[in-house]
Amino acid sequence: MSEPVMPEKGVGEVGGLPPAEAVASDAPVPLADFVAVKGAGEVGGDAPPGPLLVATGVSVGFPVMSPIAARIRHEERILRAVDGVDLTIERGEALALVGESGSGKSTLARALTGLVPLDSGEVKLDGKALGKRRSKADQRRVQMVFQDPYSSLNPRLTVAGILHELLNVHRVVPRSEVAAFSKELIGLVGLTEDALPAYPRQFSGGQRQRVAIARALALRPELLVADEPVSALDVSVQATILNLLQELRSTLGLTLLLISHNLAVVRHLCDRVAVMYLGRIIEVAPTAELYANPAHPYTRGLLAAIPRMTPMSEDAPAVIGDPPSPLRIPSGCRFRTRCPIAQDICAREDPALTTAPGSTGHQAACHFAFGPVPPAAPDTDPDAESATPAPAAGSS
Amino acid sequence: MSGPRAEEPAVTGSATGPVLEVKDLHVQIATRRGVVHAVDGVSIEVPRGEAVGLVGESGSGKSMTLRAILGVLPGEAKITSGQVLLDGTDLVPLPSSSLNRIRGPKLAMIFQEPMSALNPVMRVGWQIAEGPMVHLGFSRAKAAERAVELMRRVGIPDPERRFRAFPHEFSGGMRQRVMIAIALACDPEVILCDEPTTALDVTIQDQILRLLARLCRESGVSLVFVTHDLPVVAQLCQHLAVMYGGQIVERGPVHDVFARPQHPYTLGLLRSAPDVEEIRDSLVPIPGSPPSLISPPSGCRFHPRCQFAEDDCQTTVPPLRLLAGGRATACLHHERCDEVLEAEGATR
Repeated sequence: MSEPVMPEKGVGEVGGLPPAEAVASDAPVPLADFVAVKGAGEVGGDAPPGPLLVATGVSVGFPVMSPIAARIRHEERILRAVDGVDLTIERGEALALVGESGSGKSTLARALTGLVPLDSGEVKLDGKALGKRRSKADQRRVQMVFQDPYSSLNPRLTVAGILHELLNVHRVVPRSEVAAFSKELIGLVGLTEDALPAYPRQFSGGQRQRVAIARALALRPELLVADEPVSALDVSVQATILNLLQELRSTLGLTLLLISHNLAVVRHLCDRVAVMYLGRIIEVAPTAELYANPAHPYTRGLLAAIPRMTPMSEDAPAVIGDPPSPLRIPSGCRFRTRCPIAQDICAREDPALTTAPGSTGHQAACHFAFGPVPPAAPDTDPDAESATPAPAAGSS
Repeated sequence: MSGPRAEEPAVTGSATGPVLEVKDLHVQIATRRGVVHAVDGVSIEVPRGEAVGLVGESGSGKSMTLRAILGVLPGEAKITSGQVLLDGTDLVPLPSSSLNRIRGPKLAMIFQEPMSALNPVMRVGWQIAEGPMVHLGFSRAKAAERAVELMRRVGIPDPERRFRAFPHEFSGGMRQRVMIAIALACDPEVILCDEPTTALDVTIQDQILRLLARLCRESGVSLVFVTHDLPVVAQLCQHLAVMYGGQIVERGPVHDVFARPQHPYTLGLLRSAPDVEEIRDSLVPIPGSPPSLISPPSGCRFHPRCQFAEDDCQTTVPPLRLLAGGRATACLHHERCDEVLEAEGATR
């Protein structure tokens, strides 16, 4: 109650700003055209063929000490959440980013969306490098849906308020058509017009996530980044949102980057999967290929760890131990402290992401990815870094 | 108000009888908007040394049932009728002083969020040792020894050193191991688990589930495992009870229920969750949203969302009827599930 009450007209006031970006390419577009425009991928003018988004050497770090402490101790500790990631997203595909918490998948997604600044590296959209500060036109092209629809929607604005504000600021459609376009958007995500005058609190979790998706779609993005869009929702509701995303992909020709820890969801929805571990992408492959022939031991463990509908074997856990702290990344291969097949070379050399011979698009960063797998016998190097206390339950 | 659910005889007969038996439990919460019937006539039996999974959406009353068993209901929630029999003793009428003597040595609980369940300013070793000191009369030294042994048993590396650590020094998975060690500290007969792996990564979830399964086998402790994740139940539990709107709508041996669900809600849950093994063209969501527990739908609470609903579903409250094979369903038209499964020609 301490905050000033935001008047609903606030939306209108924002519109008082001078038109910053050209409105030229954004003529009033009814839904049919909305779809057509997306399908043709013409939003950014004449789009060149080739990948929609190319990220090269993207790194994002966060200082973990206070600036004063850093000056006193003459060191600055940086948590490198994303460490030199190369990623290509093809037009129209659904790419999944999976990994444990702390693997940097959300940070990478935010970096690609432009929500956190890059330390190094470059993000190119349609071959055009995006600068440190993106223009509004560029911001529009990549939009994000957040994990928790309970905290990502402004509780003081109605759904109409949320959409109108966005549409007016970005001048997506002329002022006179904002209301009509909002109705289309809300219909697009499977809600009725009754939703427009309602506040987020009046909706269930699934409905809120629909509003969040409508908000992301309002700017007609080419790339929709969805960060764990269903993990805050109930099981029976998750399916409706997943189906909606799939439907939007086919009707709007959207490109989707889905962040998820749920490999079942990923398998259902995505064409390609990138697996992240401690800030790096350690394996990329088409979905079917990845599930059938995982090349990296971490991917194998991750797949084996998914609960199945069958009783559990009495084996040791698929992946032992906890992920090491991103502040103390092991030398050589980052996964070696938990790896069942780690050898001497793994402690010395950091494996690069290599492409499988004969296969297109299957890459993995493991010394033994596409060759013969060494025996799982414990190596002479027992967890040099004590960052990961090793075998846990399986030791007995 | 509603108590249509008749007592049913034992579903699972174990030689020594169930260690924990919940009979026709009702929990109500008084709110300004009316009385919420959070748990409405729930009966569960937990056989000795076995694990019972309690599954349902949020708001289905599964966590409330668990809290009612342990007698730690929040605020306005009250048990209005029913029995919680632990080794034949009804816990419901007991004063909290007597309950305190049961919580720990007989009944223990593992919470979803270990960080909020652990004491942040107490060394974890002493948190584990506290139970044996209070309940079993252990000396400090002996209790500390036991704590170290328990930490080793739940897979905490270097237990002697980690004994003196604080919860914030542990990762999520390790904290959950500490919770499990605390739960095990006094050798309880039943451990109540409230979504213990929901906040964890798949790899860590896998480790914790395997740990719980091993402890179950080794020590013969029984589990009541609340989750919304069906595969997790399939991994760990022998029995399953599906809750909807504060009531149990189906129960039976886990794999029988999953192979041949006899309630449209169970069927819906199975159809709506993506499965890693099986790729379906599209997921089939359950339409609508969970019922209000202040004024639940008439008749069967699931009928507004049910694909099989007929007129009688709106008027008749379906009792939990026994079926063959130790199963029970609260659906008037449960044969329709078989028809659907046959039509699909795919019985998993």
